[in-house]
Amino acid sequence: MRTQDFIQKIKSNEIDIVEHTHKAIEECKKLNKEYNYFNAISEELAIKQANDIKKQLKQDKNSLKNKKLLGVAVSAKDAICVKGIESTAGSRILKGYKPLFDATVIKKAVEQGAIIIGKTAQDEFGFGSFNVNVGLGFEIPKNPFDKTRACGGSSGGAAGITQKASFPHIALGESTGGSIAAPASFCGVFGLTPTYGRVSRHGLIDYGNSLDKIGTLGKNAYDAALLLEAIAGFDNNESTTINEPINNYTDSINKKRNNIRIGVIKETFRDIDGKVEKNARNGIEKLKENGAKIEEVSLSLPVKYGLAAYYILATSEASTNLAKYCGMRYGMSEELKGNFNEYFSKVRSEHLGTEVKRRIILGTFARMSGYRDAYYIKAAKVRAKIIQEYKRLFKKYDALVSPTMPILPPKFSEIEKLSPLQNYMMDIMTVSPNLAGLPHLNVPVGFEEKLPVGMMLTADHLEEGKLLQIGSLFDEE
Amino acid sequence: MKAKVDEKLIEHVADVARLKISEKEKKQFVKELKEILDTFSKLDEVDTKGIDVSLQPVELKNVLREDKAKECLSQEEALSLTQNKKDGYFKGPRAI
Repeated sequence: MRTQDFIQKIKSNEIDIVEHTHKAIEECKKLNKEYNYFNAISEELAIKQANDIKKQLKQDKNSLKNKKLLGVAVSAKDAICVKGIESTAGSRILKGYKPLFDATVIKKAVEQGAIIIGKTAQDEFGFGSFNVNVGLGFEIPKNPFDKTRACGGSSGGAAGITQKASFPHIALGESTGGSIAAPASFCGVFGLTPTYGRVSRHGLIDYGNSLDKIGTLGKNAYDAALLLEAIAGFDNNESTTINEPINNYTDSINKKRNNIRIGVIKETFRDIDGKVEKNARNGIEKLKENGAKIEEVSLSLPVKYGLAAYYILATSEASTNLAKYCGMRYGMSEELKGNFNEYFSKVRSEHLGTEVKRRIILGTFARMSGYRDAYYIKAAKVRAKIIQEYKRLFKKYDALVSPTMPILPPKFSEIEKLSPLQNYMMDIMTVSPNLAGLPHLNVPVGFEEKLPVGMMLTADHLEEGKLLQIGSLFDEE
Repeated sequence: MKAKVDEKLIEHVADVARLKISEKEKKQFVKELKEILDTFSKLDEVDTKGIDVSLQPVELKNVLREDKAKECLSQEEALSLTQNKKDGYFKGPRAI
C-alpha cells in the first residue's frame, strides 16, 4: 500500500492504528532476529503514540486532517536521540544512555503524526561503508537480498528495514560521507541526503560537524520527500540550519519537467564493476527516454582528491567530537580510579571499537602541531576547490549522475580481506557531494545477480525538489 | 608531505587522544596509517595557492539570540544518567 493511501485510511478509520502498529512491531521483532536491523525497538513508545492518535481521531478528527505522516512508522538511525529510548550511535561507550530530550527531527516527525518504531543499526558513530564496524557487543545487519552480504553503511539498519518492512515505513538516516546513499544502494531503496543545514541536527550524536546531515530513506521518492518535508527547516536550537523556506517536496514528485539537463560524470565510470556500470548506464538511458538532455562532464578534482580530503577532515572533526566520551556524565562509566587522564583513557580504551580508535588516531594526527598545515589545512583548501568545481557545473546542469557504489553489495568474507584504506576507497563516489554539502539521492536502477544496483543523482544546494522530481522517474508504477 | 609513521608516533598520538592501545594494535595502526597517509599525501599535488580554507560547505552567518534565561534541564535530570555524582554535582576522577 502506498504511504499516501495508508494515511487516508488512517484518517478515515478504515485501518485501526493501534492494531496496525502492534502488527508492525511484531514484524520488526521477527525481522530483527533474522537480519539485525534494530539496536532498539521502541514498542512501548510506538503503542502509546498509536493510542494517542486513536484517541484524537475519536475526539477531534478535524485536528488531524493536515498531518503529513499520520500513523506512518518511522525508524531513526541509532545516532538520533529519542527521549527515553536507548540511543548509542552503535557504540558500547553509550550503552544505557537514554536521552532526556527528542532530537528536533523526532519532535517534528511526531508532530506530523509519525510513530517512532525504533533505533536502527549503524557502524559505530557512523564510521564505516558496510555497517560491519559495529560497536562492541552489537550485531551486524544483513543484506535483505542475501544474508551473507552487507547492507552498506553506515545507516545499514535504516536501509535494510526500509526494504523489508511490509507496512508503510520511512527511515531517518544520517550521512557524513555517504552513509545514506551507500546502504540505500546496497538495499535497493531511495536514500536522500539533503543540503548541509537543510535539516536540524539538534539531538544528533555527531561525527563531523561540517559534514553531518540527517536525511530520509524510503521505498520510493515520494516517501523520502514526505519525511523530508516534515523535518526540514530552520531550528532555533541549531545554528547551522538554513533559514530559507521549505519547498513542498511531494509536489515535485511525478511532475513533468522539460529540458532536464544531466551531466554524466565520466571519471566515476572508470575502474568499477562492469555490472554496476551496465545498470547505471540503463538508468541514464531512462532519463534520456524521459526527455532529459544528457552530456558527459569531467569532475576530475573531486574524484581524484575528494577521498583524501574527506577522510582527513572527517576524522579530524570526529577526533574532537569523541573527546566527550569519557565515562563521566552519561553512557558507560567505571569505578573512579586513578587521575583523570588514566580514568578517561581506561574507559575509552575498553569501550570504543577498533575503527573508532583508528579514526581518532588519524584525526588527532592530522590536527597535531607540525602536521596540521600539511593535512588538515591542506584538505580544507582542497575542499574549497571541490565546491568551486561543482558550482561551475551546476551553472549548466540540473543534476549530475554517477554510480552510487563501485561494486555490488559485497560478501562479509570479502570485506574481511580489505585493508582500512581499501575500505575507505569504496566511498569514492559519495564523499565529494558530502564535502560540498550538496543534496544527493540514490535511486535503484536495476538488479544484477539478484542484487540491487544504485545510481546517484546530485543537485545544487537547496535543490532537493529538483532532485526528487528527477528521482521519481525511477518510482515503480 | 610524508610523515614518518612509526610506533613512537602512534604511541604519542594515542596518548594525546587519551587512548590506551595494545602492542598488537600499535603495530597494526603503524602499518595501516602508513598506507593511508602515503596515499592521502597526494593532496600535495593540488595547487591551493591563494585558496581560502573551506570549513563548511555553505555560507553560514552568526546566529544570535536574546540573552534571556530559558527553561532547561533540572539539576536532578542532568545528573540522572550517571552513577558518579555527589551532593548535586558530577563526581570525576582526581585531577592530579
